[in-house]
Amino acid sequence: MTKKQKKVLIRIIVTTVLVIALEILFHILEKNGILPENERTTTFIKVGSYLIPYLLIGYDILKKAGKGILNRQVLDENFLMAVATIGAFALGEYREGVAVMLFYQIGELFQSYAVGKSRRNISDLMDIKPDYANLLTDGNVEKTDPENVPAGSLIVAYPGEKIPIDGFVEEGSSTLHTAALTGESVPREVGKGEEVISGCVNLSGILTIRTTKEFGESTVAKILDLVENAGSRKSRSENFISKFARIYTPAVCIGALALALLPPLVRLFMGMEAQFSDWIYRGLTFLVISCPCALVISIPLTFFAGIGGASRDGILIKGSNFLEALSKVKYVLFDKTGTVTQGVFEVVGIHHSEMEEKKLLEYAALVEGRSTHPIAKSIVRAHDGALDFDRVSDLTEISGHGIRARVDGIPVAVGNARLMDSMGIPFIACHHPGTIVHMAIDGAYAGHILIADIVKPQAAEAMSLMKAAGVKKAVMLTGDTAAVAESVSRELGADAYYSDLLPADKVTKVEEYLASKSQDSMLAFVGDGINDAPVLTRADIGIAMGALGSDAAIEAADVVLMDDDPVKIATAIRGAGKCMRIVYENIVFALLVKGICLVLGALGIANMWIAIFADVGVMVLAVLNAIRALRFGGALSAATVRKAGE
Amino acid sequence: MKKTYKIEVDCANCANKMEDAAKKTEGVADCTVNFMALKMTVDFAEGVDEKAVMKDVVKNCKKVEDDCEILL
Repeated sequence: MTKKQKKVLIRIIVTTVLVIALEILFHILEKNGILPENERTTTFIKVGSYLIPYLLIGYDILKKAGKGILNRQVLDENFLMAVATIGAFALGEYREGVAVMLFYQIGELFQSYAVGKSRRNISDLMDIKPDYANLLTDGNVEKTDPENVPAGSLIVAYPGEKIPIDGFVEEGSSTLHTAALTGESVPREVGKGEEVISGCVNLSGILTIRTTKEFGESTVAKILDLVENAGSRKSRSENFISKFARIYTPAVCIGALALALLPPLVRLFMGMEAQFSDWIYRGLTFLVISCPCALVISIPLTFFAGIGGASRDGILIKGSNFLEALSKVKYVLFDKTGTVTQGVFEVVGIHHSEMEEKKLLEYAALVEGRSTHPIAKSIVRAHDGALDFDRVSDLTEISGHGIRARVDGIPVAVGNARLMDSMGIPFIACHHPGTIVHMAIDGAYAGHILIADIVKPQAAEAMSLMKAAGVKKAVMLTGDTAAVAESVSRELGADAYYSDLLPADKVTKVEEYLASKSQDSMLAFVGDGINDAPVLTRADIGIAMGALGSDAAIEAADVVLMDDDPVKIATAIRGAGKCMRIVYENIVFALLVKGICLVLGALGIANMWIAIFADVGVMVLAVLNAIRALRFGGALSAATVRKAGE
Repeated sequence: MKKTYKIEVDCANCANKMEDAAKKTEGVADCTVNFMALKMTVDFAEGVDEKAVMKDVVKNCKKVEDDCEILL
């Protein structure tokens, strides 16, 4: 609890004790007949003594209400409370007057405590800002502000410390905890030459890192900037509430005034007793009930908790408007490479080989070993063990065909169908999608190696979870060939696919879908942020995934998934849906309870105590409900799914 | 030019009110208040004295929400 909250708590306790003491005191006095005979005088004394706890609990509200009037901010909740309680006192309803103030303060304290707690909850987990960097200069390690470390410096990260700046490992190896960035609980291993991202926590070894960026350009700074500016774009519901409050509060004030004055005047006119105090009491009850706190507090709080909870799961949402839009996503268009596939080529099969597959791969790796082409690299990766390039001689690269060389003196040819044709060697075509590398050894066909981009293991699950979250159509857009697109799409269970698309064609496809969908369903485009910035901007919601370290994607997207797990798309849609449900629940619940109590109050059935419940009770319930949004995707996050599987 | 200030405010709606008040202050081109991070980012108009503008921002925020603080 903060100092301010403690002060309010003490005031609440003292007031409660005082009120109870006064009740007992007057009870005893009355029983013993010590109070004056005259009822007016008695009431006067009572009102006077109850003013002490009233002022103790309510002085700040009264002050705020007064200042509000001076600053022409008349109709806020402080004003409503001040008028209602002062009115209650004036009518001799001193107990109710104190109680309204007391419960109002309890509600406020509760709200402020809940907010503080959830804020800490979020900021602890988003606590990725490094306080210092260990700068290494001439063998000396010196602690310094990360902002003073120029790019290209050497820094040291000890176990337990955060990596302050992006860079490459120059020396040492360790495991890194990336949970604060990605929500992913499995630690990542890093070794010499690998890239490390700022914000990760170094778990085991000492790492010497060559920085590649300045602190301000590092991942951690970019993410903090994004999270801190997430509030800037307001959702429609939030705008609705602030507009609503602007009209609602004056309206209920006029309503209350009318309720207090009109019926007595009508009664007077009709020749009956006016019953002014009765109707003023009803009017005051009306005021207390109608205080819009539950709505104006709980709705921004829900969005705040939702965005905070999402960032804890590694989902950064740039504003509550996107949270709202996410909940209505019915169409998901996604890029293939890097989104549902790993984005790296791997050897997925060796077919028709006469010799041992390992041996064939070794030949291929020896011949391709010095090439930097991604296909060649994937073959080298697939071969485990050292390669002795001294065994290779007479290497000639035939552009657009492949490579011919001698390994241990035996002629080996590695390349595509054209190479085989040109050598006059009959080959077996492959019916699998992907890149085919044919091999000829000693002038005879030796089989082929199939290389393809492999589909992420969670991709199919991600599709079905997306469907479960309400997505009607999942469509894959890719620049790859039809054969590859068809096979990947079938493996995933996507609804449709479009192949051979250039980046501009993707924009056109997104526009086609945008034109055909109905107004209230949203279209999301998911990409890995490379080359698809225009599409990300064009869609209703652009989702960039695996965006750690990709500045362009963080800029262009509305929602950023920090790791590259496609399951998070469904988590985001589902979590957003949950937040919006909470928002609507609170709107309906608050308005319903208030509506019923207002009617009862106007009829004179509900008294001030019911009014207090309708105000503070509803507010507390709405705040509790709002806080549920903190658990954004809990049950669905990939980390939980994996844990359940262990 | 943008500058970020730490703020103290209790409720999300009060933060929204502060944001509105700051936006309406002369010399402020744009302003965002982040309730979660308790930070106010003020984008100043060209060629204004930020210190003087911030004084007005504080004054205007105090008008709409007496309980708020902006740590300059």
